[in-house]
Amino acid sequence: MNEQAKEEQGTNSSAYWRANLRILGVLLCLWFGSGCVLSIFFVEPLNEIQLAGFPLGFWFAQQGTIYVFIVLILVYALMMDRLDRKHGVGEDR
Amino acid sequence: MDIKAWTYLIVGLSFALYIGIAIATRVRSTAGFYVAGQGVPAVFNGMATGADWMSAASFISMAGLISFMGYTGSVYLIGWTGGYVLLALLLAPYLRKFGKFTVPDFVGDRYYSNVARVVAVVCAVFVSFTYVAGQMRGVGVVFSRFLEVDINTGVVIGMVLVFVYATLGGMKGITYTQVAQYTVLIIAYLIPAVAISYQMTGNPVPQIGFGSAINSGERAGVYLLEAIDQIHRDLGFPEYTGAFGEGNKSMIDVFAITLALMVGTAGLPHVIIRFYTVKSVRAARWSAFWALLFIGLLYTCAPAVATFARVNLIQTLHERSYTQRPQWYQSWEQTGLIAWVDKNGDGLIQYGPGSAFVGKPMVSQDDNGEPVLGPSGEPRLSNETTANGNELYVDRDIMVLANPEIANLPAWVVALVAAGGLAAALSTAAGLLLVISSSLSHDLGKRILNPQMSERAELTYARIAAGGAVVIAGYFGINPPGFVAQVVAFAFGLAASSFFPIIILGVFSKRTTREGAICGMLAGILFTAGYIVYFKAIQPGASAEDWWLGISPEGIGTVGMVLNFVVAIAVSRFTPAPPPEVEAQVERLRMPGDA
Repeated sequence: MNEQAKEEQGTNSSAYWRANLRILGVLLCLWFGSGCVLSIFFVEPLNEIQLAGFPLGFWFAQQGTIYVFIVLILVYALMMDRLDRKHGVGEDR
Repeated sequence: MDIKAWTYLIVGLSFALYIGIAIATRVRSTAGFYVAGQGVPAVFNGMATGADWMSAASFISMAGLISFMGYTGSVYLIGWTGGYVLLALLLAPYLRKFGKFTVPDFVGDRYYSNVARVVAVVCAVFVSFTYVAGQMRGVGVVFSRFLEVDINTGVVIGMVLVFVYATLGGMKGITYTQVAQYTVLIIAYLIPAVAISYQMTGNPVPQIGFGSAINSGERAGVYLLEAIDQIHRDLGFPEYTGAFGEGNKSMIDVFAITLALMVGTAGLPHVIIRFYTVKSVRAARWSAFWALLFIGLLYTCAPAVATFARVNLIQTLHERSYTQRPQWYQSWEQTGLIAWVDKNGDGLIQYGPGSAFVGKPMVSQDDNGEPVLGPSGEPRLSNETTANGNELYVDRDIMVLANPEIANLPAWVVALVAAGGLAAALSTAAGLLLVISSSLSHDLGKRILNPQMSERAELTYARIAAGGAVVIAGYFGINPPGFVAQVVAFAFGLAASSFFPIIILGVFSKRTTREGAICGMLAGILFTAGYIVYFKAIQPGASAEDWWLGISPEGIGTVGMVLNFVVAIAVSRFTPAPPPEVEAQVERLRMPGDA
């Protein structure tokens, strides 16, 4: 590998890593927002709101946040697939 | 056919299936034994992770716990599912890219230190043994309740079964039996849940049903959760859907416990190790998604089961005459999971806050060994009664175990629940035993004591270690140490305060040094262990006022984790940077593919 190719690979991998960290940052904020902020810190005010037969805060703590977690991992897997392709580090597919 | 015949049939068939899978998937290489040859498809690994993770506690006890805790029970739901987000985003892909076989492998190599490796081995073995003792006990309990064999016989049958498929097939055998076990346990959980939801609310989807209106009886048309809040107010309990305040945990404690469970989940070695078994980084990400989807199916159902069971329990028993108690009460009375003392002598069952008497029910016996009966025909108890108005003792496990009978479901469903409970306990036990086996044969034997060991020898040692671990786990199942219940908090606290921070730092901070990692792990473990031992063993009578910042021993792993991070980062700043080849290795970890 010549010097130029090495450098290009280095920039590519640091760009990949920065993009990865951005994705993680956003998703982890949503994780904390759903699992802790909505389900624990603001559960009492949210319980004043009724969603069908559920007080909203209680619903988040026992149902909603689990659905949010599943969607977060799904979005992560999809976004990382796209990132892999963009940076040419995709594996078997 | 009666319940017992059905149970023998269904449990027998499920066991035959597990053994058949073990024979079909037996292995001859260490890679096969430790990580199933890294060829498990993502969806199957997701199912296997689900069974690996969902233990006897998730299957049998969790809904019952929530049923008695109401909103506060959410700590288990949020904690044990939220941990998978951390696992998927922060650990699984990088550990898979790292390759190798175990968690101590990663710690030892990334921190270029055998001291760090040994600390990791000790933590992994301790956490896994703590857990596995409870699983073997769970196997014994299910056997004794459904098949009327002795608990110890049940434990031995479970041991033999796990021994066969864990030593024969290693990780590959365990993985594919776990796929079968997931299928059995989820069907066994969903059928009664769907039936009860339909009976009570007319909606067959439990996740929606528990937010619907009751469809018959005196409270017809009232939302189920409104009804249970009203019942709780009437009986003097805190509201079921209410959070914090009198009779509940405080907000900071709920937060600390939830976070400790999340981080602990992500740091449990038997869960992490599952992500080594897939073929690529991409497959590791996707199998984390499938795992949480499969786990979420049970976990979103559990709070619904909890609510149905709570309403059912109070409606069918409170202020009802003991002589007209329902059929399921009669059949479960003999197991000692439910009992009644007529404190006010009116022949009616009164239920309320507080425990009815001290300890577990002890039935008085006459000279012939027959139970002494009270005026209503109830077995008389020798326990010391308490001053409150509550007359009913209910073990939380009954909420799931008796569910099919409460809903009048056919005998085969009851049998299926027994098979499901066994599947949950056995699959988790097998996963844990493999961690113990690989820690001893691979990390200790091959990596530390004798690096020249041949693959054949290592594989033999791995099998011996797995066999030995089964025997020790079985011993603890038969002679449960009194502290098992208390040490579950320990397992999570320890996983949260030891592995999680240093794995994260190992990937995300190249500057973290050997010294930083070792000091961080030790600080985290010693602080967490010290706090738990102090409040669980030395000062068990201490109340919530004595807790530091109001955080219970269950939640202290969160503080231990923060401490581990802080110490590791601080010490790393003042110690020489890791060697360049380690930094290069971290660079490689961060990118998928062969690069």
